[in-house]
Amino acid sequence: MRGSKSRSGFDGEEGGSYKGDKTVTNKIKIGHVHMSGCTGCLVSLADNNLGLIKILDDYADLVYSLTLADVRHIPEMDVALVEGSVCIQDHESVEEIKETRKKSKIVVALGSCSSYGNITRFCRGGQHNQPQHESFLPIGDLIDVDVYIPGCPPSPELIRNVAVMAYLLLEGNEDQKALAGKYLKPLMDLAKRGTTGCFCDLMDDVINQGLCMGCGTCAASCPVRAITIEFGKPQGERDLCIKCGSCYGACPRSFFNFEVIDEFEGINEIIAEALKLGENDD
Amino acid sequence: MMIEDPYLGRYVTCVSARSTDKEILKKAQDGGIATALMVYALEQGIIDGTIVAGEGDRPWQSKPAVAMSREDILKAQGTKYNISPQISWLKEATRSYGLDKVGITGVCCQMQAVRKAQLYPINMRDIPGKVAFTVGLFCMENFPYKSMQSIVEDHAAQSLSSVKKMEITKGKFWVYTERGNVATVPLKDTHKYEQPGCHVCLDYVSNLGDISTGSVGSPDGWSTVFIRTKVGNEIWSRAVADGMFETKPIEEVKPGLDLLRKLAKEKIDKNQKTIEERKTFGVNKALRNPYA
Ligand SMILES: Cc1cc2nc3c(=O)[nH]c(=O)nc-3n(C[C@H](O)[C@H](O)[C@H](O)COP(=O)(O)OP(=O)(O)OC[C@H]3O[C@@H](n4cnc5c(N)ncnc54)[C@H](O)[C@@H]3O)c2cc1C
Ligand code: SF4
Ligand code: SF4
Ligand code: SF4
Repeated sequence: MRGSKSRSGFDGEEGGSYKGDKTVTNKIKIGHVHMSGCTGCLVSLADNNLGLIKILDDYADLVYSLTLADVRHIPEMDVALVEGSVCIQDHESVEEIKETRKKSKIVVALGSCSSYGNITRFCRGGQHNQPQHESFLPIGDLIDVDVYIPGCPPSPELIRNVAVMAYLLLEGNEDQKALAGKYLKPLMDLAKRGTTGCFCDLMDDVINQGLCMGCGTCAASCPVRAITIEFGKPQGERDLCIKCGSCYGACPRSFFNFEVIDEFEGINEIIAEALKLGENDD
Repeated sequence: MMIEDPYLGRYVTCVSARSTDKEILKKAQDGGIATALMVYALEQGIIDGTIVAGEGDRPWQSKPAVAMSREDILKAQGTKYNISPQISWLKEATRSYGLDKVGITGVCCQMQAVRKAQLYPINMRDIPGKVAFTVGLFCMENFPYKSMQSIVEDHAAQSLSSVKKMEITKGKFWVYTERGNVATVPLKDTHKYEQPGCHVCLDYVSNLGDISTGSVGSPDGWSTVFIRTKVGNEIWSRAVADGMFETKPIEEVKPGLDLLRKLAKEKIDKNQKTIEERKTFGVNKALRNPYA
């Protein structure tokens, strides 16, 4: 029974005031814009499997994706998920990212290359067949970015959460909008904070600030195991660091919004409910 | 029905309890709740392993470990008053150890870390769905290893390798040795050794664990236990029905919730004040507020 009801929004048992009271009618328009990235971000998006299908069935139309949709020019979008950094010697890429900003309500930097440059920071050019392509900038150095989803690759679940929350922000009822706004805020703050990511962020803004309590989260989040914990505190092997910015974002002492995280049980239910396949969906 | 308390967080019920397992009680810090719950969850297939604070290379040094057997969970018993970065193993638990249903024991800030990783999984692939059960501990403060060493060796004048148990209670840091010595250090002398990051911590009773437990509120040898989430409630109900725990209503034990609430309030108010003071730490320069 709940399966058929789930189409009408987010009616988790404990959904309370977040409960949707209208049938989902307006799907939002989502696009995947591919700059200089390895497609790992797109694979992560796709790794939501049935969750992605549910999102595309009920909440969003994929209006642009070089890999997945046959559209050549950047269309109007509600949410642009931009993967990869921008090669400033590649005229087309520069134009495309500007176009993306113009045509999108919300620009999301999907993954660490887009957010922070990440591994593309280490590029020195000189490669066949575009040896002059040597300078890569995170998109925030060229356009205003609304939301960061750091990670190399970004976790499928974070992409999913942002997609559901972006939908609620644009199409939900008042309570859902408020929840989505609160959820997205720290990821928006990360976008305002800057375009470089590094183990140094933990040194500068957590450890040097007297905030580190040795939980070890940073070490778990590092994709290249550059962080070890010595006597309860993180040590970064700075030569290994690929500048992905994940450790800082993951650290509970970078941001911690009680008004959202205290609601973990309810929010997890809302997301699970939103992505539950209904009787007609399989 | 959820109870909501500004200092004790949200919970379904709170009881005083202890494990019925003699072997677990023998080495338990308090009522053996943390260990008995994880052993039960493992045996019932609710988890297929759990992160515990195991033994490090030096005496009483803690080191996170992934325990996949009753024996390994029991090895981590007892409170080690030094930092054990439990969450550093969270992703490895699902990878190198191949766990699909991860258990986690840890202090309040580590429960916060887990929930953040579930809601904002930044490079935490699979974690949101694979955290199966968390048991949080009450925690007033923690210490770097060398701090604990100074307290035990310099202040309490005991050799760390001779220590059987440490405990913070009744205003003192207690050190019990294998040969029966009992030495205490007043907490006013231990405060300066605390980990600085603890001074902005706004949780005393692991508000975000599925279940949370600690000694304060219950008689010696018993634990105070908060059942907080649906997951926690289900596991607790089953475990009690299966005879894993003796329980008493918290209202019927001394010193009870009043003391716990008093300590929680003291901690949180003090740390709120620290956060406030950080705003004017320099001259027109603030220290960063992680919660803003
Ligand atoms: C740093 C610290 C401070 C504490 N402060 C208080 C307090 O102020 N008031 C209070 O009532 N209780 C406090 N506790 C909790 C209390 O000391 C017991 O750990 C708790 O009651 C569990 O006892 P038990 O008999 O149920 O578990 P046991 O069977 O003894 O198992 C102990 C569990 O604790 C975990 N553990 C041990 N050391 C650490 C560590 N350093 N970091 C993370 N996990 C660890 C182990 O993994 C194990 O699962 C504190 C615990 C710690 C670690
Ligand atoms: S995640 Fe943050 S608080 Fe935790 S150990 Fe790393 S730097 Fe410290
Ligand atoms: S230390 Fe690791 S997680 Fe942090 S920025 Fe560097 S590569 Fe990324
Ligand atoms: S006082 Fe808070 S920050 Fe410090 S170890 Fe305990 S739970 Fe963590």
